Amino acid sequence: METIDESEVSEINDAGVTDPVKVGHTAMVDRDNRTTIGEILVDNPRMSCRDVNVYYGDNHAIHDVSLDIGRNEVIAMIGPSGCGKSTFLRCLNRMNDTIDICKVTGTITLDDEDINSKKIDVVPLRAQVSMVFQKPNPFPKSIYENVAFGPRIHGLANNKTELDEIVVTSLKKAGLWDEVKDRMDQPGTGLSGGQQQRLCIARTIAVGPEVILMDEPCSALDPIATAKIEDLIDELRQQYTICIVTHSMQQAARVSQRTAYFHLGDLIEVGDTNTIFTNPRHKLTEDYITGRFG
Amino acid sequence: MSNTASKSGNKARTIDIVYAGLRKRKAAERRFQLYGKLAIGLGLLFLSLLFGSIVANGYTAFVQTYMQIEVYIDPDRIDPEGKREVKELSRADYGGLVKATLRDMFPEVQSRREKRQLYRLVSTGASYQIREQVLQNPDLIGQKISLWVPADDEIDMLMKGHIDRKSAEEDRRVKDNQIAWVDRLLSEGRIEKRFNTIFFTAGDSRDPELAGIWGAASGSFFTLIVTLLLSFPIGVAAAVYLEEFAPRNKFTDLIEVNINNLAAVPSIVFGLLGLAVFINFFGMPRSAPIVGGLVLTLMTLPTIIIASRAALKSVPPSIREAALGIGASPMQTVIYHVLPLAMPGMLTGTIIGMAQALGESAPLLMIGMVAFIVDIPQGAFDPSTVLPVQIYLWADSPERAFVERTSAAIMVLLGFLITMNALAVMLRKRFERRW
Ligand SMILES: Nc1ncnc2c1ncn2[C@@H]1O[C@H](COP(=O)(O)OP(=O)(O)OP(=O)(O)O)[C@@H](O)[C@H]1O
Ligand SMILES: [Mg+2]
Repeated sequence: METIDESEVSEINDAGVTDPVKVGHTAMVDRDNRTTIGEILVDNPRMSCRDVNVYYGDNHAIHDVSLDIGRNEVIAMIGPSGCGKSTFLRCLNRMNDTIDICKVTGTITLDDEDINSKKIDVVPLRAQVSMVFQKPNPFPKSIYENVAFGPRIHGLANNKTELDEIVVTSLKKAGLWDEVKDRMDQPGTGLSGGQQQRLCIARTIAVGPEVILMDEPCSALDPIATAKIEDLIDELRQQYTICIVTHSMQQAARVSQRTAYFHLGDLIEVGDTNTIFTNPRHKLTEDYITGRFG
Repeated sequence: MSNTASKSGNKARTIDIVYAGLRKRKAAERRFQLYGKLAIGLGLLFLSLLFGSIVANGYTAFVQTYMQIEVYIDPDRIDPEGKREVKELSRADYGGLVKATLRDMFPEVQSRREKRQLYRLVSTGASYQIREQVLQNPDLIGQKISLWVPADDEIDMLMKGHIDRKSAEEDRRVKDNQIAWVDRLLSEGRIEKRFNTIFFTAGDSRDPELAGIWGAASGSFFTLIVTLLLSFPIGVAAAVYLEEFAPRNKFTDLIEVNINNLAAVPSIVFGLLGLAVFINFFGMPRSAPIVGGLVLTLMTLPTIIIASRAALKSVPPSIREAALGIGASPMQTVIYHVLPLAMPGMLTGTIIGMAQALGESAPLLMIGMVAFIVDIPQGAFDPSTVLPVQIYLWADSPERAFVERTSAAIMVLLGFLITMNALAVMLRKRFERRW
């Protein structure tokens, strides 16, 4: 009986009750207790965010989030649905620009450069900080064209041979080459879901980014395809910084070095993945990872 | 109902109630389907009535009565001075040749009244035909040539059975002696119905047997070309800007309302606007396809913009995000991904808009494309008319022969419209995408 009550509580919270004081577990944690616990700073960060706030019109979706993202690390972002993980991720390459009502404040830097400053153009920014989406979204074009699109628009290849080379290496890095090498001119939409997602990752790698943002990249995939992508993420860490949003705590534990837990727009706790999962310090984090809600 | 059932907790009862109501539900469904079928049947009935009456009226226009005559190209009449000058030859009295030929064929005809009736057997087009042959080959002068020339429209009507031989003579336009001559020619095999090439190759004419739709069809063609060249790029550009780039604010809302409004404005208003702006203010030529095209552009633009925006909307946002997410500029996203995916929808909208424009007549009346124009227009600046206006003009003419030509012209126009709309449907089917 008790578990049922708790799941009801979390449902109410997710539905957007902004004043959680009266209900269930969250009652113990009021707004003052929502300051981030843990190690938000890292040495020599790739990206760092300070006091980031995001508003969708009147909806204050992210409150004062400060977080560093290190080099060659995989950082996982977890939290209940609607807590702002995707929103925060999309701040990192200004994808939120495409949403008219969305307003972002605070500073976000990439290699010590403020990405929100007027001087920064989103085109080169997104070439450096590229995104892989929840639903595999290959272009309805050939596999080759899917991967070649990025390098082509950025002018990364001087001729066809170089472009071919980029396409092949990207597909190899994404672990897809062996499966598609004989059907490069067939439409990317004809691949299986997992292959499509790896194609999207290859497409992202092809532009040579420094940071790859992944928003629930495995949520549409079966366990085997998921395992392949997780292996891939682990390999890609050698070269890239990866921010991954996931609903699977096992996945966060498997692929990431650091984990950030979000709750209703607040960054509650950040830290070493092992520590977070074995020894969470914040009550909300503990509730979430022990599966009591979310 | 289900509530009471579940309260009593009796499963069998629920089933009973469902079964009891089932017959009623099924009946309601059948009734609904019947209404739908009735509606479609009614629509089809009217459509077949319309098509049937048009075809029944018009199919005879595709043949035309021709008459064989042997013309002696008399040098004394054509070229008395024997200089063979083109200028003289083109001005000569070929009508006289035809009349002389007819007199030779029917030597018994003596009175002036009868002669005039005799001359009326043959179309005035006969003399043009002879002139053309002579100009092409002056060596024919002095020879006797055998020609099939179009018969007069009244004779044509007689041959097609549209004139009742049994009615009183004063009630019909073809007199008894004319009927006798025609019967004689018929028995000699000198009169027959042939495929009506004139109808498809000539411009308008006061004589039904010489009137054709080619002039109007060319006018329609040039008008539509102008319309297409203007409305497609403008419409697509407007749609892409509004859908992909424009900020959403009061101003763009206002534009949207106005575009939808524009689509509902009666077309004659566009004609008046065209008259005031393009002709009176900019001094563009009257009756010209260029002005017609401009006016129809105004009329078609809303259709194209609305269809194009719908096509752009149907491209899933994930495609845009995919491109933007790896650093494509909004422009590149649109050009490489969104536009190609939206193109079939845009083309479909454009074809439907063009079909509307092809069938439009009211605004073109306002800008003078209703004039009687014999010459076939050679470009967008030549005076011309268009198919629907030609239909309107012919429908207004009293001659019986124009009745069938009106229907025939409608058939041609419908043919074009059906082709265009079928193309639109095909395009939509072919490129339909399920995401
Ligand atoms: N385009 C949008 N317009 C308005 N509000 C939005 C938009 N996208 C997200 N939001 C709001 O912002 C808040 C955070 O949403 P977000 O998508 O970041 O959550 P999330 O943590 O990614 O959830 P999930 O795990 O379900 O993907 C939610 O309250 C949501 O309603
Ligand atoms: Mg999300």
